[in-house]
Amino acid sequence: MIRPLIAGTAALALLAASGMAASAQQKTVKIGFISTFSGPAAAIGNDMRNSFELGLDHLNRKIGGLPVEVIYEDDEIKPEVGVQKTQKLIESDHVDFIVGYIWSNVILAALKPLTDSKTMTVVTNAGASQLAGELCSPYVFSTSWQNDQTPAAVGRYMNDKGVKTAFLIGPNYAAGKDMLAGVQTTFKGRIVGQELTRWPDQLDFSAELSKARSLNPDAIFAFYPGGAGVQFVTQYAQSGLKGQIPLYTAFTIDELSLPRLKDLAIGIPGAQEWVNDLPNDTNKKFVADYKAKYKTSPSFYGAQTYDAVNLIDSAVKAVNGDLANKDGMRKEMEKADFKSVRGGFRFGNNHIPIQNFYLQDAVKTADGNYALKTVSLIVKDDQDRFHDKCPMK
Amino acid sequence: MLYFIEQFLNGVQLGMLLFLLAAGLTLIFGIMDLVNLAHGSLYMLGAYFAATFAAFTGSFVLGAALALAATFVCGVALEIIAIRPLYGRNHLDHVLGTFGLLLFFNELVRLIWGPAGMTLSLPGEMLTAVQILPHVYYPAYRLVIIAATLVVAALLYIVVMRTRLGMLIRAGASNREMVGALGVNIKLLYTLVFGLGAALAGFAGLMQAPILTVQIGMGENILILAFVVIIIGGIGSIRGAFVAAIIVGLIDTVGRAFLPDLLRAALSTNAALTLAPALSSMLIYMLMAGILVFRPEGLFPAASR
Repeated sequence: MIRPLIAGTAALALLAASGMAASAQQKTVKIGFISTFSGPAAAIGNDMRNSFELGLDHLNRKIGGLPVEVIYEDDEIKPEVGVQKTQKLIESDHVDFIVGYIWSNVILAALKPLTDSKTMTVVTNAGASQLAGELCSPYVFSTSWQNDQTPAAVGRYMNDKGVKTAFLIGPNYAAGKDMLAGVQTTFKGRIVGQELTRWPDQLDFSAELSKARSLNPDAIFAFYPGGAGVQFVTQYAQSGLKGQIPLYTAFTIDELSLPRLKDLAIGIPGAQEWVNDLPNDTNKKFVADYKAKYKTSPSFYGAQTYDAVNLIDSAVKAVNGDLANKDGMRKEMEKADFKSVRGGFRFGNNHIPIQNFYLQDAVKTADGNYALKTVSLIVKDDQDRFHDKCPMK
Repeated sequence: MLYFIEQFLNGVQLGMLLFLLAAGLTLIFGIMDLVNLAHGSLYMLGAYFAATFAAFTGSFVLGAALALAATFVCGVALEIIAIRPLYGRNHLDHVLGTFGLLLFFNELVRLIWGPAGMTLSLPGEMLTAVQILPHVYYPAYRLVIIAATLVVAALLYIVVMRTRLGMLIRAGASNREMVGALGVNIKLLYTLVFGLGAALAGFAGLMQAPILTVQIGMGENILILAFVVIIIGGIGSIRGAFVAAIIVGLIDTVGRAFLPDLLRAALSTNAALTLAPALSSMLIYMLMAGILVFRPEGLFPAASR
């Protein structure tokens, strides 16, 4: 009775094993993807994953003609978890590429295992200054920006608006410090006060807003990514400051926070290298298909991640699928020879894009929803100020 | 001076929120001897219910009232289904059991409401600052929080100290078996206390929702502060929770408001900027450590409750 059962099971097991062996022989591009998929910031991670999947759909699920396997890992916004997941992807999954990283402190922690193992890496958001400067690596590319660039664009706009005194505020981690430093590289007025707040657990900004009110500056500059942006802008509005001291932002109002902020976000300017209404064909296709597939609008996090798919595709094509030829792939990626949703950019010597930054504004659309739109070009072909410190020439 | 008054109010307002959370926690811990890590989940549910019902009914007040009732019902159901088997077991089992519930609720909320978080919008007239003294403006909604919490604190005091139910609750805290032997339905009493604690947590969650956040895991960080409050105040003491919550709120706010400027006088701007948030978040834990050394029973030990 039992013997046929055992035999049958064994046969099934053999079948499964042989199937696995067959699939292992066929060459696939293995991509590790690190982002945040738990907690409140999961909204960002989901947007990045959605965009990455959409990018793969647009390539018929093939990178450089080869089938793709993507392994998604959650960093929980914690540098120590980010390193651990990075090591796992490198050492036990043997991935060919690692993509992702929202948080500057997470990429800084994960950078050593990445560069030591010479893993081809595409950072799709985090723009720590060290990554652009002394810690730059031949194998690490960015499809985003260096942290200083966006606030520096905001600083230029504040000059244009005649702002003479400003109060700066952001969270106390690598990116927060870069952002506050970034505004000061271009803003010509006087900084009357600056605050770094606890990250990521501080949600109440009453003490800091009271301080801003008492200093009475011409403007407040804020950097609060993800959910914290919703809290900061809401509390700014509730404190009655909205009519008194204008707010300028970087990475605070995006497609993820806008549905929650609604009217509170109207009239608060920000800068970005990509806005959903940029008039190039790649972008139109990306935004339209994203909306059709996921019933919501993509954010800049997603746009940068979508670019990563095409950047990797260009590299694998150039080496005809020879994934061991890292130098060949690197040389191709340095050309940035793909259709970017932001309408094309080039890489600096440090593998950080040299690109335009736009002024964006939150508006109410005709159908009663809220959207971000491009107002004007703030700065053209902007290069980060750390590229001189990068030893790569 | 005027700036100081504004910061003082900020501290009191944070203290009020902490009190709402700590009061429920201390009731449940002091009376039922149950360590409830899922208290933050009820706080989260209160906020999600309020956001949902307010969007559904179009009224903030109506949404809040419905959310309060819903959280009470959830609390009662939770007690009957999951908490009862934990009574009489040791605290480690409580921690393990309620930590499981915390994970369960986080996942449940993700399934029902999605990962993105929600918004509870205030009526337009709340989006301003009111003048409370010459040249002192304060956000209107934060004043509402302070006032509403004071009312709740007064009601809670009256219920616990002046009513028959409160007498039974206090009796149940000092000797569970004796109260049972006298023919009081102690099971029902515990269920009610747990429901009351849940409603308080839900109230805290929905009151803070318009200023802070409605998102998954929102109760976890603030629950740590609430535990600090009940340790400082004395476990099981509502009065202690009230005083300690205001102390903690003030220390946290005053630290954030004044420490950076003090440090800047001694250190470079960059060092002070980085150090201040870290140091100000340590202040309350230093206070807790001090209390544990010099008054391990807390400021208002349960005996004098």
